[in-house]
Amino acid sequence: MSEVKMVVNGRTITGNVEDRTLLVHFLRENLGMTGTHVGCDTSQCGACVVHLDGKAVKSCSILAVQASGSEVVTIEGLADGSDLHPVQAAFREHHGLQCGFCTPGMIMAATDMINRHPEGLDEKTVRAELEGNICRCTGYHNIVKAILAASEVMSKGAAKAA
Amino acid sequence: MGLEGIGARVVRKEDKRFITGAGRYVDDMVVPGMKHAAFVRSPHAHADIESIDVSAARAMPGVIGVLTGREIKADGIGNLICGWMIHSKDGTPMKMGAWSPMATDRVRFVGEAVAVVVAETKADARDAAEAVVVNYRERPAITDAVAALQDGAPQLHPEADNNLIYDWDIGDASAVEKAMASAAHVTTMHLVNNRLVPNAMEPRAALGHYDKAEDHYTCWTTSQNPHVARVVMSAFYNVAPENKLRVIAPDVGGGFGSKIFIYPEEIVCLWASKKTGVPVKWVADRTESFLTDAHGRDHVTEVKLAFDANNRMTAMKVETVANLGGYMSLFSSSVPTYLYATLLSGQYAIPAIHCNVKAVYTNTAPVDAYRGAGRPEATYVVERVVETAARELGVSPAELRRQNFITTFPHQTPVIMAYDAGDYAASLDAAMKAADHAGFPARKAEAASRGKLRGLGMSCYIEACGIAPSQAVGSLGAGVGLWESAEVRVNMAGTIEVLTGSHSHGQGHETTFAQLVSHRLGVPIDQVSIVHGDTDKVQMGMGTYGSRSGAVGMSAIVKALDKVEAKARKIAAHLLEADEADIVIENGELKVAGTDKALPWFQMALAAYAAHNLPAGMEPGLKEGAFYDPTNFTFPAGCYICEVEVDPETGTTEIVQFVAADDFGNIINPMIVEGQVHGGIAQGVGQALLEGCHYDPATGQLITASYMDYTMPRAGDLPSFVVSTTNTPCPGNPLGIKGCGEAGAIGSPPAVINAITDAIGNNDLTMPATPQKVWAAIRAATKH
Repeated sequence: MSEVKMVVNGRTITGNVEDRTLLVHFLRENLGMTGTHVGCDTSQCGACVVHLDGKAVKSCSILAVQASGSEVVTIEGLADGSDLHPVQAAFREHHGLQCGFCTPGMIMAATDMINRHPEGLDEKTVRAELEGNICRCTGYHNIVKAILAASEVMSKGAAKAA
Repeated sequence: MGLEGIGARVVRKEDKRFITGAGRYVDDMVVPGMKHAAFVRSPHAHADIESIDVSAARAMPGVIGVLTGREIKADGIGNLICGWMIHSKDGTPMKMGAWSPMATDRVRFVGEAVAVVVAETKADARDAAEAVVVNYRERPAITDAVAALQDGAPQLHPEADNNLIYDWDIGDASAVEKAMASAAHVTTMHLVNNRLVPNAMEPRAALGHYDKAEDHYTCWTTSQNPHVARVVMSAFYNVAPENKLRVIAPDVGGGFGSKIFIYPEEIVCLWASKKTGVPVKWVADRTESFLTDAHGRDHVTEVKLAFDANNRMTAMKVETVANLGGYMSLFSSSVPTYLYATLLSGQYAIPAIHCNVKAVYTNTAPVDAYRGAGRPEATYVVERVVETAARELGVSPAELRRQNFITTFPHQTPVIMAYDAGDYAASLDAAMKAADHAGFPARKAEAASRGKLRGLGMSCYIEACGIAPSQAVGSLGAGVGLWESAEVRVNMAGTIEVLTGSHSHGQGHETTFAQLVSHRLGVPIDQVSIVHGDTDKVQMGMGTYGSRSGAVGMSAIVKALDKVEAKARKIAAHLLEADEADIVIENGELKVAGTDKALPWFQMALAAYAAHNLPAGMEPGLKEGAFYDPTNFTFPAGCYICEVEVDPETGTTEIVQFVAADDFGNIINPMIVEGQVHGGIAQGVGQALLEGCHYDPATGQLITASYMDYTMPRAGDLPSFVVSTTNTPCPGNPLGIKGCGEAGAIGSPPAVINAITDAIGNNDLTMPATPQKVWAAIRAATKH
């Protein structure tokens, strides 16, 4: 067993975990934060994407002990109180989800993607960058639409702030 | 339509919880004292079990119990069954081999459950499962259905000689033979419909909880039809009587058919909970899903289509071998028969059709309904052979189709179905216009100048949805009726709950069903809650599959709303001192037509429950239920046009345009309907280009058992789709709805393959059309 300490969605968390515990299982089982999903066990589907120190990672591919000392943001911590994050709002507005299972990982990956492309995104780039996230419901059409729309909103927001 | 009524593009009510991580799926459920299950599964495709030694596993840390097939059998838990009886053409019933929830003497596919470990943690359970020692004596395995029918093939079930489950036929064989003999042209094809794994993103899961004090079971499960799960587990598997078994299907992460069926794991979790005295949760990992979820398709077909000298279709003859896997899953028998052969007329007037289907056991996972279920297989046969015939006859594929379209309705096909409404030329025209069909030769020439092979393929599909009239399906062998139920409860202050037997696992019922209520009563959708997925809350239901929730589920709500409105009118008429016939319900008020007298909806509701001043003899309260049994199937139809560019150097196919023009009848929420079409097309394109479930023929090992090996469509594999709708309302149900859930997966595979074969000039190409296969087909074509 190992002790881990990390900041999850702004709250400092400590816990004892088996050495083999993955970050996703620590979040789901120890912290009861079940918004992060497990879809494939081979780091292919991206349902488990969270932000680790500001970068999108697949939480099924990192041990909880490796995340110790880091700052983690999950889907539960993305909104600002009751105000949805622009990516969450865009997924809703453009019907970028159906069953909702891949959605938390999609939204976390999309947020990271938009942050990495302050110059803006086009359809081809969005499709290429979604390689690590699988959705079986939407055919990606509306996910791509939602991410492009969110990217626009966020770049306008950034311009306003500057 | 109003802002939130029928036809409005309302954003989904359910999205809030999904986009904030607050969805509640089975794996998210925690019950006090809950422990975890891991299954011991067969590593062999075909073997006898000689012995099972659980002693080492029982001694492992955290282990609460290790249970085997013999114990579940000894406790009287029944075998899994197939609920649709098919008779062979000689009148004998289908040959159903025994399928125990955990194997007792013999295993018939890799991944079949043999024993279960219940332990403190999932990791403990998995560790201990590895310590269970099973001695197997291997038998030869067979994975190919055609080979399994040959003399000398390994035999799976003693009931089924030569592994033949049934040899069924439909239609008039002699009329077909006669027409073939006098035909001006006959197009003949050998077609393979590749085996697929459904791959809902949420793996299957079950949580069984036996409450000793109440002698009552609760099962949380990833189900598309919790009521069906309850009745089947109760009546056939003897888990518990229905009144002692509650089944809850909470948020479910996609189904596509694979979560219709009742699998061994939920039965075992319930039974093991009683055995061990703790709630037992099992969640599949992805490889378990690949190994044990019911697969889809897997047909091998010979088809002949006959034409007269004027290019009019005169007859079709189809012979299909369908692989049903190692055991018969719940609805497996109906998929290659009544859900398949009854659609072989397509959109065309074909005077004579005959189809023979042999269903076969093999040492592979059970095969059952997967998005479209039989109808994609039928459409692939019809639309590949029609396109090929046009090429052979030297006529335009579009015009050959148009010339043979059914144009008058109702239309009785030679294979049971009576099409009620449609306008196939309208969707063909809409698709050709959207695809700029006329501009294709110029685009092809331009692509050629870049060294690319450009091709165009179309597919005019029809399907039968709105499953289904109970009496009709009963006469065809179905074990249940396929109606739907609903209850509308008006609360004291006017808010409304709708209880439905339909189940939403991505379809957006919480929004569309509320839109219907809003349309009828004029109340905002926020004041309407949709309750589903819990057998303790909703009395009865048949669930969601076969694009039935709109056509059948919402029709039941309409019937219940009719009753609610009738009583509300009586109350309003009484309070407003008006004639009942003059009361109109709109914008949340009950008004007296032609006057300014009105009663707000909530006041009427309050009056119904206060009961201080009701019409004489009226019971207090406002709650009505209804069952709706459809009078016919519904017949969504449409035209898909796919345009591809193939790189002759690499065999890589790029879909440069995909156009869909669908006739779904009336539409409740266009945004949701478009989403269903997008997702269906993606699965169909996946079948055509990427997905193939592959068993090693020598060992029966599943080669494609993870996302490292089975190619799921990703965003970069697909284009944005151009979708539109035409509308001939369905005359058979009160809302005029046909259903939209499966069309994309049904219509798209032949459009893609027709496009690629058009581009490369070689019609000999099987799905999935991987770059390797396409490259080889190009090479073969240029050698000629």
